Amino acid sequence: MSEARTQILTSIRRSLKRDSASPEMVSTVENRLKAHARNLVPQRSNLSPSDRIDLFVSMATEVAATVERLPNLSRVPHAVADYLASQNLPAEVKVAPDPQLATIPWDKRPTLTVTTGRAADRDLTSVTAAFSAIAETGTLMMLSGPEHPTTLNMMPDTHIVVLRADQVVGSYEDGWDAVRRRDKEMPRTVNFITGPSRTGDIEQTLQLGAHGPRRLHILLIDGPSV
Amino acid sequence: MQSTSHAFKDNAHGALADERLQKALGKMKVGFQDKRTRAVARLPEFDTLRDQSRDIKNHVLEHLDLYLERFEANVIANGGKVHWCRTPGEARDAIVEICRSVDARIVTKGKSMIAEEIELNDHLEKNGLEPVETDLGEYIIQLRKEAPSHIIAPAVHLNKEDVAESFMKAHDKLDPNRSLEEPRALVNEAREMLRQKFLAADVGITGANFLIAETGSTVIVTNEGNGDLTQTLPKIHIVLASLEKIVPTLEDATTILRVLARSATGQEFSSYTTFSTGPRRPGDLDGPEQFHVVLLDNGRTAMLGTEFQEMLRCIRCGACMNHCPVYGAVGGHAYGWVYPGPMGSVLTPGLIGVQEAGHLPNASTFCGKCESVCPMRIPLPKMMRHWREREYEKKMSPQAFRNGLGIWAWFAKRPDMYRLGSRIAMGVLGMLGRRKGKFRSLPLAGGWTDWRDMPAPEGKTFHQLWAERQQGKASTGAATTASSSSDRKAA
Repeated sequence: MSEARTQILTSIRRSLKRDSASPEMVSTVENRLKAHARNLVPQRSNLSPSDRIDLFVSMATEVAATVERLPNLSRVPHAVADYLASQNLPAEVKVAPDPQLATIPWDKRPTLTVTTGRAADRDLTSVTAAFSAIAETGTLMMLSGPEHPTTLNMMPDTHIVVLRADQVVGSYEDGWDAVRRRDKEMPRTVNFITGPSRTGDIEQTLQLGAHGPRRLHILLIDGPSV
Repeated sequence: MQSTSHAFKDNAHGALADERLQKALGKMKVGFQDKRTRAVARLPEFDTLRDQSRDIKNHVLEHLDLYLERFEANVIANGGKVHWCRTPGEARDAIVEICRSVDARIVTKGKSMIAEEIELNDHLEKNGLEPVETDLGEYIIQLRKEAPSHIIAPAVHLNKEDVAESFMKAHDKLDPNRSLEEPRALVNEAREMLRQKFLAADVGITGANFLIAETGSTVIVTNEGNGDLTQTLPKIHIVLASLEKIVPTLEDATTILRVLARSATGQEFSSYTTFSTGPRRPGDLDGPEQFHVVLLDNGRTAMLGTEFQEMLRCIRCGACMNHCPVYGAVGGHAYGWVYPGPMGSVLTPGLIGVQEAGHLPNASTFCGKCESVCPMRIPLPKMMRHWREREYEKKMSPQAFRNGLGIWAWFAKRPDMYRLGSRIAMGVLGMLGRRKGKFRSLPLAGGWTDWRDMPAPEGKTFHQLWAERQQGKASTGAATTASSSSDRKAA
């Protein structure tokens, strides 16, 4: 134990005019940490599943993300290739090594170059899979892991996200519940992504693509399977 | 940074005369106030969320030692390390030592006010390291060797021409004839230049908006994504945070996040809110190999249990300065240290002493706007008054001011003398100023008349008018709203 640590903790207790905490205080804290009790959750996202998805789409669009709805995963290669062409971007994507994305029949669009792995500096476009999405503010929830390198969310100019409609939840709290249901440790990184990168640092004028992606394109898959 | 808070008056005079600064400050109303108003109007639960956010932090402060211990235990369980630091010096040493352990050369940084507080960049440079600010606003002011003028918009005092000038000078390997007229071109150029630094960095330092006891996570909120590149690409991620940033659970952080972005920029949610827990995991393809939290006290535990405890609820959103008439007139640099505006006027004397920063709690009109927009419901005006009281008790205010206050207090405690005195003074002033209706100068009132005319009193004192008004009311019985409003017009 460092001397600074001891002194800081002592200083806190002295300022709070007590010695170490009473057993009641300890159990108050323990219970609070275990309970994961929700505070007030705004009513905005308390909707039926289909209205919740509509809210997600409208909130995401408001912050300059684009959303395309697809019936199933087998449409993804076409949607990606067509989107890149519409933006005059090269037909190359770096795809997250995610098992679900691996089931996508990429060979349906042979002109599209597909590689997998983490992002490198030269990668212009990434395709990743969301863990969940929050309707309340049009926010994507991305968890890091061997199948989900964080760099794919941040480095390329264009970020394409595959999201299943049944992954859209109402609130951030619903998202946290889903993280805990995995019954695994907290991932190294949880990214909440709301629209593409932006800055207002020059005369408070909004500019997209400050350091992260300039474009955030969400492919919302209505059906569950290929 | 070296404080110039003691020179607030001179700083403020300079700021008022600075046309470029005034032009930049003129954009704040549309940029911040209107956007916040709209965002708040869209969320009916906003005020209840403010109450709950206040309660969360109050609970944390009463159990601060317990939550910090739990936070540390969880950071360690996830493979990270916590460095407890009492002073800026201890925090700087801890950071340099970590950098040395990997022979670091380039250190990228996300925006951190604590880094400003401990003058980290100077110290890193002295130790042979190259600190690179990656938030666009911070990068601009680093090139200009300036201090931030706002806690969330560090370059808000600059115009795009100022930025273009700095980029032309700093990026001297690029074509000198390129056009940097548009903000877009400036953003693109910064992106290119900084991307190389992100990739070359050995250590990435970020601040933290929250520390979470439940999980040992740290949280950053950005719009640019610079914080994420800072903490993901280098070998080491150092989180530099003051200890009052802690909250119990993910749910508690979530509640406060709902009021943070809306109060700060009027956004529903910032583009990137990132929770980091420990170093990279087995099998991960990216992420830092080491995770360090440098936890700074620097005077905060001493504020606990005092009349300034509530200041420790502050989440650094900047709403108080965005709405402050004094900040809006003089900008952030006039305040002379890291934290400007109303929150700075309360925090700065607590951190660097009221001797140095005594002007700041006096630089207020007490209009109360800061408290009315504070998402954490911090009673900023009340705390500024506490500092004024301490300043008076320590006999630090100027003698003339103390004498004046003494004379006023003598009269104020003797109401008859007060009425008589003010009647005579008003009568004399009214007679002297009858012809012009105003005074160009008055003895002992130069503080007013150097800058504006003093209107001549028109005869009666407030006390007299009030007494007459009360009498009038009594004689007409229960006054209706209509008649009382016509009274006002007649008066």
